[in-house]
Amino acid sequence: MTLSSKKSIRRQSKLMHFIGLTGEMLITAGVIMGLFLAWYLVWNDTIQGQRQKESAITLSQEWRSDEPIQVESELAEPTVMPSDEEPPVMQSPASGDVFALLYVPRFGPEYVRKIAEGVDVETVLNSRTLGVGRYPQSNQLGEVGNFALAAHRNGWGASFGSIGELRIGDRIYVEVSKGWHSYAFRNLEYVWASEVQVLNSFPRLKVEATGSRVITLTSCHPKFSDAERIIAYGVYDGWYPRAGGPPTELAAIVKGGR
Amino acid sequence: MYSALWRLLPGGVLPKLLQLLVLVMVLLVVLFEWVFPWIAQVFLVEQSTVD
Repeated sequence: MTLSSKKSIRRQSKLMHFIGLTGEMLITAGVIMGLFLAWYLVWNDTIQGQRQKESAITLSQEWRSDEPIQVESELAEPTVMPSDEEPPVMQSPASGDVFALLYVPRFGPEYVRKIAEGVDVETVLNSRTLGVGRYPQSNQLGEVGNFALAAHRNGWGASFGSIGELRIGDRIYVEVSKGWHSYAFRNLEYVWASEVQVLNSFPRLKVEATGSRVITLTSCHPKFSDAERIIAYGVYDGWYPRAGGPPTELAAIVKGGR
Repeated sequence: MYSALWRLLPGGVLPKLLQLLVLVMVLLVVLFEWVFPWIAQVFLVEQSTVD
């Protein structure tokens, strides 16, 4: 074999090595992109949502152990009725503080999320343990006016992933240490992101207070896009003090020992 | 790249496979817990608030 042909073989094998390396890197990149999709479409919804739920259940259990519910009276009276009392008004929580829990049976029999103060993307909406935030410019929980919340439609726990499935009359419960606020879902609305009037004391009206308590949930629409916003409104339905036990619909999840 | 990694790992075929498995698991955890959330946070911003 001549010297020049040896050189050419070495050059060729170098080239082959380079091509092989490039191929391996491309395949690796493809696999990582596939993994990212799996993470984005499945993990970031379900596993993340599971974590937020578990962190919320822990808080619910803490509140429960602070003031144990009398189990006997609940057995004697299976249907828990709302109290005639005025609901307590939440004192302005500090930004990022968790002050309540959200239950929406339509989103699943075990659905529960922490509600934090503020709608910051990084610290509240994308958080591993939170997910739902209150608009600081909206009314306080329990106050006459509009209690407005935001959460993701998909990804980051997808706390409002099933917002489009709400049906008129569906209950939306907000638990605080003293008991449960109950709202009944009224209607959905689709708006542009700039339509902040949905957060008014009475959504869309310019009046200061109509005497009504309203809950407003906002999320992105359509799924996987933020071209529009989907808004769900609920009207105040009653207050369940902790001593009387949780609303019947929540009994399973609140007392289930979960 | 992968053949070089295979040669670098000590031991026979089985220990090499086990080490690879551990490496893949560690890589998956790092990707799912830190890298992917960061990418989504920075590049796939979906607003769910009105403002």
